[in-house]
Parts: sequence; structure tokens; C-alpha cells
Amino acid sequence: MSIDTPAPHHGNPTGHDHLEPHGSMKGYLTGFILSVILTAVPFWLVMDHVITSPGWTTATILFLAAVQIFVHMVYFLHMNTRSEGGWSMLALIFTLVMVIITLSGSIWVMYHLNANMMPMTPAMAESAP
Amino acid sequence: MATQALLAGNGAPTFYVTEEEHHPEGGSTMLGFWIYLMSDCLIFAGLFATYGVLGHSYAGGPSGRDVFELPLVAVNTAMLLFSSITYGFAMLAMERGSKSQTLLWMAITWVFGAAFIGIEMHEFAGLIAEGHGPWTSGFLTAFFSLVGTHGLHVTSGLIWMIVLMVQTAQKGLIPANKRRLMCLSMFWHFLDVVWIGVFTFVYLMGVL
Amino acid sequence: MTTSDLAKIIFGRLSLESIPYHEPILIGTFIGVAIGGIAVLGAITYFKWWGYLWKEWLTSVDHKRIGVMYIVLAIIMLLRGFSDALMMRAQQALSFGDNQGFLPAHHYDQVFTAHGVIMIFFVAMPLVIGLMNFVVPLQIGARDVAFPFLNNFSFWMTVSGVILTMLSLFIGEYARTGWLAYPPLSNLAYSPDVGVDYWIWGLQLSGIGTLLSGVNFVTTIVKMRAPGMTMMKLPVFTWTALVTNVLIVAAFPILTAVLAMLTVDRYLGFHFFTNTMGGNPMMYINLIWIWGHPEVYILILPAFGVFSEVVPTFTGKRLFGYTSMVYATVVIAILSYLVWLHHFFTMGSGASVNSFFGITTMIISIPTGAKIFNWLFTMYRGRIRYELPMMWTVAFMLTFVIGGMTGVMLAVPPADFVLHNSLFLIAHFHNVIIGGVLFGMFAGINYWFPKVFGFKLDRTWGVRSFWLWVIGFWFAFAPLYVLGLMGVTRRLRHFDDPTLHPFFIVAAFGALLIAGGIACMLMQFFVSIRDREKLKVGGDPWNGRSLEWSTTSPPPQYNFAFTPVVHDLDAWWDMKARGAEHPTSGYHAIHMPKNTATGVVLGVLATAFGFAMIWYMWWLAAISFVAMIGYAIFHTFNYDRDYYIPAEEVARTEGHRTPAVATQG
Repeated sequence: MSIDTPAPHHGNPTGHDHLEPHGSMKGYLTGFILSVILTAVPFWLVMDHVITSPGWTTATILFLAAVQIFVHMVYFLHMNTRSEGGWSMLALIFTLVMVIITLSGSIWVMYHLNANMMPMTPAMAESAP
Repeated sequence: MATQALLAGNGAPTFYVTEEEHHPEGGSTMLGFWIYLMSDCLIFAGLFATYGVLGHSYAGGPSGRDVFELPLVAVNTAMLLFSSITYGFAMLAMERGSKSQTLLWMAITWVFGAAFIGIEMHEFAGLIAEGHGPWTSGFLTAFFSLVGTHGLHVTSGLIWMIVLMVQTAQKGLIPANKRRLMCLSMFWHFLDVVWIGVFTFVYLMGVL
Repeated sequence: MTTSDLAKIIFGRLSLESIPYHEPILIGTFIGVAIGGIAVLGAITYFKWWGYLWKEWLTSVDHKRIGVMYIVLAIIMLLRGFSDALMMRAQQALSFGDNQGFLPAHHYDQVFTAHGVIMIFFVAMPLVIGLMNFVVPLQIGARDVAFPFLNNFSFWMTVSGVILTMLSLFIGEYARTGWLAYPPLSNLAYSPDVGVDYWIWGLQLSGIGTLLSGVNFVTTIVKMRAPGMTMMKLPVFTWTALVTNVLIVAAFPILTAVLAMLTVDRYLGFHFFTNTMGGNPMMYINLIWIWGHPEVYILILPAFGVFSEVVPTFTGKRLFGYTSMVYATVVIAILSYLVWLHHFFTMGSGASVNSFFGITTMIISIPTGAKIFNWLFTMYRGRIRYELPMMWTVAFMLTFVIGGMTGVMLAVPPADFVLHNSLFLIAHFHNVIIGGVLFGMFAGINYWFPKVFGFKLDRTWGVRSFWLWVIGFWFAFAPLYVLGLMGVTRRLRHFDDPTLHPFFIVAAFGALLIAGGIACMLMQFFVSIRDREKLKVGGDPWNGRSLEWSTTSPPPQYNFAFTPVVHDLDAWWDMKARGAEHPTSGYHAIHMPKNTATGVVLGVLATAFGFAMIWYMWWLAAISFVAMIGYAIFHTFNYDRDYYIPAEEVARTEGHRTPAVATQG
């Protein structure tokens, strides 16, 4: 979408392209198979303790979740850069930014609050974040 | 196309649309609903953030490792995934114009969705019976609220699905109904996406 | 079962003791409201206006009518919110030494809470949303918003919130917690009464209405622009409206969530924000300001939009730096989401967190400053006409800049540790909200009033109101800056130090001047309506630049018989310059949405639900909730929601109006 996109309201020749692009049988099945894999793998990683380090397990399952969200967006929600003249993609990206700010901001702020407001000696306070 | 609309045949600028205008009815609905979903997404962001902050405030109560039953969650996730693909089939049937198949696939989707809610209620009831209700600790408060809010969304999706099945049965696959079915499709798949966050962030990371 | 058990089941917590008949101030207010209410209802009945009111206004889905209703609501609530302000100023001017003033603490705490809530949620928000409702579709050349019924429903949800808030005056009490009801004070343990519940449900219902309006307007501006109107040809007011509504969609869900969390804490014994059992009250403050800071930009951006329309119109010049204005708006919106912690620097998150949020806050002053310079450069060497909207704009620039600068002072964390919760803060935010939002809305009302009703507002009374407001504002708030620097904190009911007394007397005098300003404003409306024939104007009374001035005043129901085609940023200016001729024949039938009573019905049910939840009348809550869902579903079974205005009727309307289009006067 460019910011100079003409208004889509009029001059719409078919009157049909306002509908979201549709999926196909192949698309839905691809999405389904991918998401089954992307769901099964993290459950397996956690339940069978495949990776010994919890840190790496966390990183892996978060990555897989991100991939699966992407898969659902593409194959089930039919997101692409063209639908609605790019506005739905823009809305999605904006929302993701807001979600990340809300999540990481809150956790960061509250973590520092807890770290700073614990009972501590003056020496500990010197090095507090 | 825009330039043609701006100039009359002789190249002079036109200032008014004088021919009959054809507004595609409901042309804004899909984008409007998508924007609503984005706002819903931020409600979940608030709940996830709260879970992120309170998720370790056990107040002497149980932790995630003590109360989460991953096999049950896996079954539940499967229910939601199946319901996603069956709703996809309903949409394909709708595009083919087959009312009966649309209704059939929606009914199947409804069963999977109801199974999801049933399993979740079973899980909640079990926790409360063991004395691990949401009033036990900050962690359980955040857990019940986040998962419960998702469950409430699925429940409203189920009610909406019944309404749409009745309307489709009554009026057929008219454009208004198609539009509604597509909105519900977005809603349903959106709840799937939220659930990916829930099972990863709450359940899987909770037992690590 | 005894009768008292039965009464408890039926009425929940509500009993005769909940009626504050022992409070003379409230009894007086009640008598006043009752007499006034009966007079209004009697007049409507006597003149047989009920049918007209119901058919043409309450059930209307016309964005123009809904916009007017929002603004009427805001003005009524301004009177209530301002009475609270007068009471506070009087209390603080009297209550020194042995004199305890006239408000007991129990009452005073409700007054300052109600003042804040009402002024933000039920005055500033309806003014902003009302103005956007009226202006945006006209500016983009559309016939209505994207979802006309939703628009009506949003309005009635706002009204539900208003009704619940006002009911707390006479049934029970309001919150005594301050306008954001911080826990742990707002938890059940410390506020067991209904006050906080009134606060929760009033805001929850109206917040949902606002959220849906936000969705509606974003979609409208994205999808319904006239042909040729690219994003960079969008009038600045519409740009600010778009950005404001994006902020609404992004911020209000957080308010919904945090109110719901406080609700379950209070009703079900959850532990989100309790002191014990793993709850964390500071998380509430964190979340509510993630909503709260964008909220202040939701209010101020449309005001900036109004000034960006007023300044070019009354200087006869194109807006200076349109592109930078648009980018400044977008940048402010994004930054507004990155500064929320500056409302609680003193919480103790430490130096790194505080520095981050301090710096992001200071950065906001850069795009805001750019806007001020843009307006000044537009005025530079322009032929300025000091009509009322322009006067408010100049007053805004002089006042708001001071408010902005004190804001930057508060953004410095170490300074904030001294000024936090002091009267300096109170002076600062009144400086930006009155000097920015309210002056902006007054400029907007004076600017677009002729478009709404077809006659101008009276100048004499407008000028009187203007001077009383501007001078009154400075008398009322300059002393608070001084007092704040001397260390006086907010929300105090009584003072012992007599050296503070003169400042509070000056502040009370300022409040009286503002009261005069409001009185003159009401007089201005009255005189203008009385002299409407004399003040009558055509479609384009100010020699305007954007599309709303290209139709009649008031515009026909369908706004434009022929959708305008846009070639230039100042579309109507361009059409006038190039001699665009409005066609006088060849009308088509126009597709319009039908009015519906669903919004009113759902609003009534939502009010009943909120009231029942507040008073623990579980049976009523259950019935009204089920009824609400049921009625909404029932509404979806009605597919017959629109109709066509036949071409002949359009031709008839246009025949009357064509001479009046585009005439200045």
C-alpha cells in the first residue's frame, strides 16, 4: 500500500473485490498440516524434555509459536499485502507493534519495580537497575 | 482507473460524479471487522501482560508445573485445530454455493468447538475442586482470566455460529449471509491464533 | 425466609438508606433536577415533540444528528462537571484554620472523583466524537459513516454510562478514589460501597461505545473517501480524526481489560490488584496508563485538527506544511504509546526505566512544536479575520504553549519526584486540556455551527464568553502552579497554613469568571436561536476550503446529491477557483440506511444491567444481560435495513437548495 493509493470507494469496476481473497482446498490443507506439525513439536519438546536447557526450550517454542501464527495468518486468515488495499496488513502490523509494546513494556517496568522495591542494603541499592 | 474517473471525456476535469453510483453493499464490513479483531487482540495483550507479571506470584499456592495437565491441553488444542480446518471446509462449500454442505461443515465445527469448551470447563472444574480456584493466588487469577476470556470468546463464537446456521437455513447463501459467515470465519481463526499464544506462553512455558 | 431476606434478593444492596436524604446539597440538587426534568418533559409533551424526537433524533442513524446529540450531551455534562469544580474551589477557598468549609470529606472525595471522570469521559470525549461525527463524512464527501447503526449504538452506550454516573448522585454514592480509582483503595476491602461499582460500570459501558466508534471511523475514513481524495489530500481534521480513532482502537481495549480485572477482583475475590495473595496494585496503574496516556492524545489531536482547519480559512491561505502536519500527527500518536510511565515515575522502577520514559516524553514536544510553527507560518502575512473560531485558536496557542512547557518540566523524573501529585500537575493538565482540547472544541463549535444549523452563532455573546473563559482560566490555574511549586498536594479538603489562603481565593475568583463564560455561552446559544433569521447563512459562510462547505447549511440528509470529485488538498477552494458547476438535473435515487430503535433498546438494557450489577440484584442482571444478547441477535434477523430516496424527492430538495449552495454570507 502506498500512502497515495486512490480512494477505493468509487470506480470499483467489479464490485466484488471488496470480499477477502478466498482460500482453496490446497491452501487449507497445507495450513492444517503445517499447524499440526508446529503444534505437535513444541508439545513433544516440553513433554519429553528433549532439550535439557529450559532457556533453549523456551526460545524454540516461542519461535515455533511465531511461525505457527504466521501460518494461520497466511493460510486461514488469508492475509496478504493486497487485500483491502493493504490496510488490513497495515492494521495487523500496527497491532503487533502495540501488542509487543504492551507486553514487553509492562514486563520490563514491573520487573524493575520488583527488583528495586525489594528490601535491600545500601550496597545493593548502588547496583540496582 | 482513478485518473479516468477524474477527467471527463474531453479531458476537462469533472467535479461531480454524475452517473449512477453503485456502492457494493457492505463493502466496508470485512475491514471493519478486522479492525475490531485488532482491538480484541489488544484486550488479550493486556491479559497476557498481566499473566506475564503475575505468572510467578504463587502466594504459597501451586505453580503451573503442579496444576497443568499437558495431555489434556494437547487434546484441547487438537479440537480447536480440527474446528479450524472444518470451518475452512465450510467456507469452501459456501463459495461453491452449496448450502447443505456449508451447514454440515458448520455443524461439525460447532461440535469441535463445543468439545473444546467442554474440556476447558472440565479442567477448570477440576482445579477448583482441588482448591486451586482463581482466588488462590495472583498466578491462578491471571491464568483463569486469560484462558477464561479466550473460552468466553469461543462460547460467543458458538452462539454466533448457531445464529448464522439458522439464518443460512432460512435465507440461503445470500450476500449478507456470506458476509456474516466470512466475519465469523475471521473471528474463529483469530481465536486459534490467540490459542497458539495461550498454549505456548501459559501451558508449555508454565511447566518448564 | 424473612422479609429482609426477600428484600435482599430483590433489591440486593439497595435500601432506603441508600438515598442520601440527609445531605442538603444533594436534596437541593435533586429538587432542581426534578423540577427542570419535569419542565423539559412537560414541554416536550405539551408541544407534542415526542414523535419527532423519537423518529428524527433518538433512533436516527444520520451521522449529523448523532454528532449533534453527542455535543448536547457534552454540554449538559459540562454543567454537572463544572458545578463539581465550583464546589471544590469554594471548599478550598473557605476551609482554612477553624473553618471546615461546607463539604464533609465523604462528600468532597466524591466531588473530585466525579469531576475528573465526567470532564474526561462525558464532556471531552463526547465533544470530540460528536465533532468528528458531524464533520468527517462531510469532509470526505461521504453520505454517512461505514456502519450507521453501530454509530447510533455507540452513542447510546455512552448515554448509559452517563445515566449510571448521574444516578449515583441520588441513589447511593460515587467513588471516593480519584478519577482513575487506583487499587488497593478501590478494592473491596477499602471501598466496600457502591461508589467504585458505579465508576466501573459507567466507564465500561461508555468505553465499549467509544471503542466501537473508533472502529467505525477508521473504516469510514479508509473506505469511503470521495474519488480522487488520496491520503495526502485528506483534510487535516480528518487526518487527526483517523489517527485519534486508531488510538481509540489501540488503547480502549486495555481500559476494557483493566476494568474487567478490577471487576472480578471486587465481585469474585480474584487477586489481580490486591495487596495480598500475589496480587500487584502497581500492575493496575501500569495498565490503566497504557490506556490513559494515549487517551489524552485522543482528546488533543482532533483539537489540533480543528485549528488546522480554522487557521487557513481565516487567514485565506493554504495551510503551511501540510505534509509535516500529517507526519507530526502520526509521530505524536506513536510516541503517545511509549510514555505511559511518566504518570508514575515515583513508583520506583529505577533510573533506567524512568530515563527511558522521561526522554520519550520530552521528544513528543518536537512534533507538537512543529505544529505550532506551522500554524504561525500559515498566519504569517495572511489576511487574518478575527472571527470567533480564530480568536479561540489564538488563545489556544498562547495558553497551550505554557501547558506544554510545564509538561516538559514534569517529564524530568527528578523534578517529577517533587511535583508528583501536586497542584502543579493539576495546573499543567488543566492548562493543556482546557487550553487545548476545550478551546479547540469551542473553536470547532463556533466554526461548524452554521454548517449544522444554517445560522451563525451570535458574536457579541461569543466574545464575552471568550474573554471570561480565557481570563478566568488564568486566574483559576496560575495560582495552582505557584501553590504546586510551594508543595501543596492535590485533593486536599482543608488547610492550616494561612499564607496559602490568598492563592485559593484568587483561584476561586477565576472559577467564577469561567462560570460567567459558561453562562455567556448558553446565552450565546439562546440569542442565536432567537435571532436565527438574522444570522442565517448560505452553504459557505466563512469562504471555506474543504468539502463540507460545498453543500447547503444544514446539509440535506444525504449530504451530497452528487459525490464530489477531488483534485486538490483544499478541494472546495479548488472547485471555487476553477468554477466548478453543480449539476442542476439528472438526479439519481440515493441509497440510505433506515433508522432503528435497536440502539435505544440496547442502551436501556445495558443501563439496567449496569445498575443491577452495582446493587447486586442478580436476577435483574441476568434478565437484562440475556435480553440484551437476545435483542441484538433478534436485530440481526432484520435484513431490511436500507431504502432509496427517490430521484424526484432528491430533485425537489435540490431545487430548494441549489441557490443556497455555495453562497457566502
